[in-house]
Amino acid sequence: MENLVQIALQNVNLAAIMPSLVLVCFGMGLLLINVFLPRGTTRPAVWISLVGIVVTAVVTVQGWGNPQYGFSDAVALDNFATFFNVTFLLAAALTILMSDDYLRREGYAVNEYYPLILFTTAGAMWMASGTDMMTIFLGLEVMSISLYVLAGFFRGQSASNEAGLKYFLLGAFSTGFLLYGMALIYGVTGSTRLTEIGAYLNSHSSLLANPMTLAGLVLLSIGFLFKLGAAPFHMWTPDVYQGAPTPVTAFMSAGPKAAAFAAFLRTLEYCFFGLKPEWSAMLWVLAVLTMTVGNVIAISQTNIKRMLAYSSISHAGYALVGLVAANEIGYSGVLFYMLAYTFMNIGAFAVLILVGKQGEENLTLEGFAGLGYKRPLLGVAMSVFLFALMGLPPTAGFAGKFYIFAGAVKAGYIWLAIIGVLNSAVSLYYYLRVMVYMYFRDPTEDYAWISLPVSVLATIILAVIGCLYLGILPNEVMAMAKTAIF
Amino acid sequence: MYDKLWLIPFFPLVGSIINGLFGKRFIRNEAAIGAIGTGAVFLSFLVSCSCFFTLLNDPVKVHQQVVASWMTVGQLQVDWGFLLDPLSALMIMVVTGVGSLIHLYSIGYMHGEEGFYRFFCYLNLFVCAMLMLVLGNNALVMFIGWEGVGLCSYLLIGYYFEKKSAGDAAKKAFVVNRVGDFGFLVGLFTIFWTLGSQHGVWTLNFVEISENAHLLGFGGTVVTVATLCFFLGATGKSAQIPLYTWLPDAMEGPTPVSALIHAATMVTAGVYMIGRMNVLFAMSPTTMTVVALIGAFTAIVAASIGFAQNDIKRVLAYSTVSQLGFMFMAMGVGAFTAGIFHLMTHAFFKACLFLGSGSVIHAMHHALHHAHLDDDPQDMRNMGGLKKYMPITWATFGISCIAIAGIPPLAGFFSKDEILWWTFGSTRGNLLVWGIGAITAGMTAFYMFRCFFMTFHGEQRTHKKAKDHVHESPWVITVPLMVLAFLAVVGGFVGVPAALGGHNQIHHYFEPVFGHAQEVYKIGIKEALEHSHAAEYGLMGLSIAIAVIGIGIAFTMYLKRPELPGRFTARFSQLHRWVYNKWFVDEAYDVLFVNSTKKFATFCWKGFDVKVVDGVVNGTGKLVNVLSTALRYTQSGLLHNYALTMVLGTVVMVAIFLLQ
Repeated sequence: MENLVQIALQNVNLAAIMPSLVLVCFGMGLLLINVFLPRGTTRPAVWISLVGIVVTAVVTVQGWGNPQYGFSDAVALDNFATFFNVTFLLAAALTILMSDDYLRREGYAVNEYYPLILFTTAGAMWMASGTDMMTIFLGLEVMSISLYVLAGFFRGQSASNEAGLKYFLLGAFSTGFLLYGMALIYGVTGSTRLTEIGAYLNSHSSLLANPMTLAGLVLLSIGFLFKLGAAPFHMWTPDVYQGAPTPVTAFMSAGPKAAAFAAFLRTLEYCFFGLKPEWSAMLWVLAVLTMTVGNVIAISQTNIKRMLAYSSISHAGYALVGLVAANEIGYSGVLFYMLAYTFMNIGAFAVLILVGKQGEENLTLEGFAGLGYKRPLLGVAMSVFLFALMGLPPTAGFAGKFYIFAGAVKAGYIWLAIIGVLNSAVSLYYYLRVMVYMYFRDPTEDYAWISLPVSVLATIILAVIGCLYLGILPNEVMAMAKTAIF
Repeated sequence: MYDKLWLIPFFPLVGSIINGLFGKRFIRNEAAIGAIGTGAVFLSFLVSCSCFFTLLNDPVKVHQQVVASWMTVGQLQVDWGFLLDPLSALMIMVVTGVGSLIHLYSIGYMHGEEGFYRFFCYLNLFVCAMLMLVLGNNALVMFIGWEGVGLCSYLLIGYYFEKKSAGDAAKKAFVVNRVGDFGFLVGLFTIFWTLGSQHGVWTLNFVEISENAHLLGFGGTVVTVATLCFFLGATGKSAQIPLYTWLPDAMEGPTPVSALIHAATMVTAGVYMIGRMNVLFAMSPTTMTVVALIGAFTAIVAASIGFAQNDIKRVLAYSTVSQLGFMFMAMGVGAFTAGIFHLMTHAFFKACLFLGSGSVIHAMHHALHHAHLDDDPQDMRNMGGLKKYMPITWATFGISCIAIAGIPPLAGFFSKDEILWWTFGSTRGNLLVWGIGAITAGMTAFYMFRCFFMTFHGEQRTHKKAKDHVHESPWVITVPLMVLAFLAVVGGFVGVPAALGGHNQIHHYFEPVFGHAQEVYKIGIKEALEHSHAAEYGLMGLSIAIAVIGIGIAFTMYLKRPELPGRFTARFSQLHRWVYNKWFVDEAYDVLFVNSTKKFATFCWKGFDVKVVDGVVNGTGKLVNVLSTALRYTQSGLLHNYALTMVLGTVVMVAIFLLQ
């Protein structure tokens, strides 16, 4: 017995999970503190969670260039994980900044919101640093369960309840696929360690054509593809994104989506490098489908929140192109794109929150008529985000798409890049339509209800800076992304 | 000190942003806005000074500072980098020095204008762009500046945008400049691509281009084509034949703009660019000859048009075109130093002339306004005898006229004489160019003094109601005038030739920049003439004589016998009509380019765009819309449908994989 404990302890390396540990501690502490806070007092929770994120960020950043492995290689805190962790933390911080006033306005100023965001982030971090299928699964579930609650957070609103429930049921469904895939792979290789699976498949190359391996790969992929909202597993996104509280939607489409990409990328690269042609072909089709479905349906939306949900599907499609390319620039492009997308998407949602009016009444296109004149600064900020989402220079969206499509071209997928660019052109239609309403329509409202709380303003300003910085000087971050991939 | 280079364009940028964002609503106060704008440029001037003097005493003459990496694409690495060598050091001194004075002047000149803050915002932005242009260590940073000054020039020419003529002039300047920019880009990519694909040197960095230029081969086609393209770019920015027509129209902008942008700095960008790429130009004698000839023709054509203009600013505008022609003559015969030297002295006296004219216009405008007259305040026929009202303006304007006419020992004499000497005696020289240059020098003296006499001397033709309201301008206007006039007097002493017992310091100063190309490609004064002071004295005497004759004729025609010009125009009415109408070049361009382009555009619009392009685009749009509506119905909102879709997707994917 004593022996066993010793063996186990030797493999424990707390440094490998330090960032998420810190974050979880803050989350737990917050839950406890919440008990003592009077109802409706949320400011302390906001501050504590922000401090928690900053502390975690400091811890995270120190891991750069200093990889830590632990728990018998079930967790790896390498540059790859660190890069993604920073993305998650940014998403969480921006979300928290813009949440408080929104929750207050909608009458749900409840403190449990903040620990849930922190737990989601911690789950996402485990997904990014998981090098064992079990760790990844654990992270995925921690993240997902918190998200189910967050999506249904407005428990008095049927749309929010519907979102929570739909997400939960379909999520459970997809988890079934994921687990089934993992089980099959375990059955073939006898291990859950990603590296061991990869090595085993490599040394027994006959197994690569084994139906069980292939089925395992497909089912495993479906689990991830569901989380990142790729067609045809995207059906939940519009309903859930529209029904969930807006900051949660913003967060979901940035952080957890990036986490799914992280885990998916690592799994493909660690376990299935022998099957690259196969999964590349599969993802090729799915990328095209995802981009096209997202963009085409977005065109006929008149509710901007729902439109952004579809746009989020198409952006997952663009990022999938980077996985198809499966080369240095493609992979690092995915990392870069997820960071860039965090800024532009959360920024756009932050503007949406301000314009939305109490009860989210004002989310239609008409609701943006003349906004650019009545609220010039908001108009400019929204334009920056829309330009970034369109992928026009000098914004982050352009640089991100450029790298991803460059990776595809370099890998010989010229048609995929062309389809991607054509899709971007289609997306101009519905993004620009918002700008048309903002600048070319006479205002029907005076937008008197828009107040500019400092915290939301901070979110918007940070997002604008992020969009422009990554767009004008992408080199440095891209160089970091390159050192982050394997 | 060199690591502070980035501060030089940075200060005006900050000034521009502050005034642009906060000027209208928050600062509002004219004095504060003016102080921010002027202060920003003055700070740059201080940094420039310290860079300049550090460089002067530094044995190493080329310094680069890379602020940040800009982009890495394939083999190409472009930085936000700055280059300080004697050439850019002199340019930043001129830009920030003259720029500071003109900013100060603008506080007085623009007083009470609507959009005061906007003016200073643009002006600062212009200075920033111009500094990027001259300081950039690679062609792309230079190009940012190149386009930036074009943009600011457009904004400032169209400053009075409610006036249609101002809007038109701004557009004209912009469009004509685009033609030149096209040439610049083509030249750039020719060099970049040839050096890269054939010689493995992928670079846009000026130092590296110069070091590797020899790979292209002396007199080779690539070099000739590329430098001709660059020169096309230069003709656009620096208003040379065939792209000079925008500059006189640019006088629609406020006078300080004409002084800063359209006389002292931006228009010299083309000359600077040739100086920056002197190695490339030196390698193509064909291009050099073209440059010299175009410069010479521009000089004489513009000078001839200057004879008959009555608008004081237009006279100065054509004079600028003509003087720029002189600079290109210099560049074309390999007298790079003389060209840049003339650029500098010209910046002093031409800025002074423009600001002087501004001072006059300012005074006239107020006087006419006061008397409720709508006479044109810029028309010299309404002036005359202003000397007694505006003594400081008179004196500074006069000094600058003497300088530009080339009377020793003022600045213009030394620089112009150096150019003429090189056109005559250089190994790349050309007697035709020299001849045209000498004649133009005489013409310059004539029309400048015509302008001077018509404005300040003789009978006063201002309406008698307005007469007594003409006053000297306030100190913010006269101080810059005096400083510039002082520089117009002494600015030439840095280039006193050996023949006059000087040391021609500026020649030695530029040795590190131009010396290499001149030595390798054997550009210099012909040996036979090199040590013969006699020839040099002779030419000097001749050019002084020509200048004196020009002034004399002006004196006779416009002061002693004012009836002469009328008789002259009557006698040669056809010639006068042509000259007065600027040789009908604008009209010819209208017929040749503008109208035919319009016709073609109309065809493209109505024939092709509306029918074919719109048809395809609208058709695609409709198709996608239909598709979108159809796909929308798949999103039923029913959970079991969603689950079913997932299962179907899974089945298809697994099936495809397993049945492969």
